[in-house]
Amino acid sequence: MGVVIELSYFLTAILFILGLKRMSHPTTARSGIWWAGGGMVLATVVSFMHPEIAGNQLLMVVAILIGGGIAWYTGKRVAMTDMPQMIAIYNGMGGGAAGAIAAVELVKLSSAAAVVAEAAEPAVHHSTFVVFLAVLGAMIGTVSFSGSCVAYAKLQGLMKKVIRFPNQQKVNMAVFALMVLFGLLIIFSSHPQIGVILLFFLLALAFGAMMAVPIGGADMPVVISLFNAFTGLAVAFEGFVLQNSALIIAGTVVGAAGTLLTQLMAKAMNRPISNVLFSGFGDTGGGPAEEVTGSMKAMEPMDAAVMMSYASKVVIVPGYGLAVAQAQHKIWEMTELLEERGVEVKFAIHPVAGRMPGHMNVLLAEAGVPYDKIYDLEEINSDFANTDVALVIGANDVVNPSAKSDKSSPIYGMPILDVDEAKNVLVIKRGQGTGFSGIENKLFFLENTSMVYGDGQKVAAELIQHIKTL
Amino acid sequence: MIESFALLYVFMLAGFVGYEVISRVPVILHTPLMSGSNFVHGIVLVGAMVALGHADTSLERVIGFVGVLLGAGNAVGGYVVTERMLEMFKSSKGK
Repeated sequence: MGVVIELSYFLTAILFILGLKRMSHPTTARSGIWWAGGGMVLATVVSFMHPEIAGNQLLMVVAILIGGGIAWYTGKRVAMTDMPQMIAIYNGMGGGAAGAIAAVELVKLSSAAAVVAEAAEPAVHHSTFVVFLAVLGAMIGTVSFSGSCVAYAKLQGLMKKVIRFPNQQKVNMAVFALMVLFGLLIIFSSHPQIGVILLFFLLALAFGAMMAVPIGGADMPVVISLFNAFTGLAVAFEGFVLQNSALIIAGTVVGAAGTLLTQLMAKAMNRPISNVLFSGFGDTGGGPAEEVTGSMKAMEPMDAAVMMSYASKVVIVPGYGLAVAQAQHKIWEMTELLEERGVEVKFAIHPVAGRMPGHMNVLLAEAGVPYDKIYDLEEINSDFANTDVALVIGANDVVNPSAKSDKSSPIYGMPILDVDEAKNVLVIKRGQGTGFSGIENKLFFLENTSMVYGDGQKVAAELIQHIKTL
Repeated sequence: MIESFALLYVFMLAGFVGYEVISRVPVILHTPLMSGSNFVHGIVLVGAMVALGHADTSLERVIGFVGVLLGAGNAVGGYVVTERMLEMFKSSKGK
């Protein structure tokens, strides 16, 4: 039986790796998740026959049905715009599970130590090294659990305030040090007290939450990705404890991949990871902001429709505001109309458009926009100079030229879409206020910029009406 | 001892595999891929099952039960949302 299980885990590991590989290319991405899913089902089914499972199978089935059922239901219902927080909460559950595995093993250690000592027989499973890995995995997994829960609450809007207090870093460090201390106590005592184990887990829970609490919404994706890598590592460490190669391989692969993904995201946002974790957004940059001169010009949807219909090249720059207004379907309808008239239309996506890198692509894909019409920042930026109309809808900071010119701006240095180089810029915007970061946008005051005020979806519908009549 | 070291090698090699698999991935796939790797560590479910499987006291059973429940949530939820996202990626040539 053991051989069958090991072979199945081996196959699962292969399916996971190939699945992830396929997921990293758009044409094969969908089959990738199927491959990985097949591996997961295989591993789960054969694990019921695992030699170390002595009983409790009924409890397992019940737990799987409850946990899986809830996740299935919520996963199917969640709106695409809310995807980031959903990923956060599922990731947190994985971290919690890793923590629970460690908890079972440590509690066993605590109750079994006395018996083992009497028998004068060294427990094979509980060498100091193994206990060390269990504690380390428990720490990382539990931190990921509570941190992800906070990330979820923040993005879901359940927790609006960014909580900061004086000496926050020092308090966090103190909690961290205490957590490590209790971890060491467990590792080096031959039979740890239940109380010590409990305190250790409580401290880890507190530290995870405190780590995530001061981080602003815009930085959350990077943090979620980091917690994802954390959970992977925690799973790998618990795999060592259980001597389970499937856990070690899958966990490590995710740990490494997640770390790299976190770096890529941080780079796309031009925010070093240390900055994300240890300083709030907008804390940097001193001196008064550059004066913004000029005035905004308003334009009627009718005129905007004419301008786009007779252009030869239009680039649409969507932002999170587009998704909030649920205007992506209307925009795609408009794009199809423009293409029928022979206008070349492209979509330009900033790496951090939406709530996390790639989120905007998902939202556009949902509306039916094919991915080969969607261009990255590097691909499209040289194109703006020969673009007739750049249509900015629901985006703000990512097209703010201050990022290139104004050293005092909090977003200085962030790569932006060079929309200001297009011959004409149309900005669809709700009102005259500033964006997500509260920074004034110079783009809106430029000579070649016109503002079309109104709700994204309504304006898009009007544009469609007008283009049809032309 | 040798067994532990073999696992350590597995750990090291898997780390490189993870790094290689993800490098050079286009930005458009960052979110689905993060979600996909989130699904993959749902394998923790298997570990939680083993932990619950050899739980003896009721405290261990309760913790193990919670572990399996959370692990199943990770695996199923991760799969569902990743599949939903990737389902929408279509090429204009495909039509």
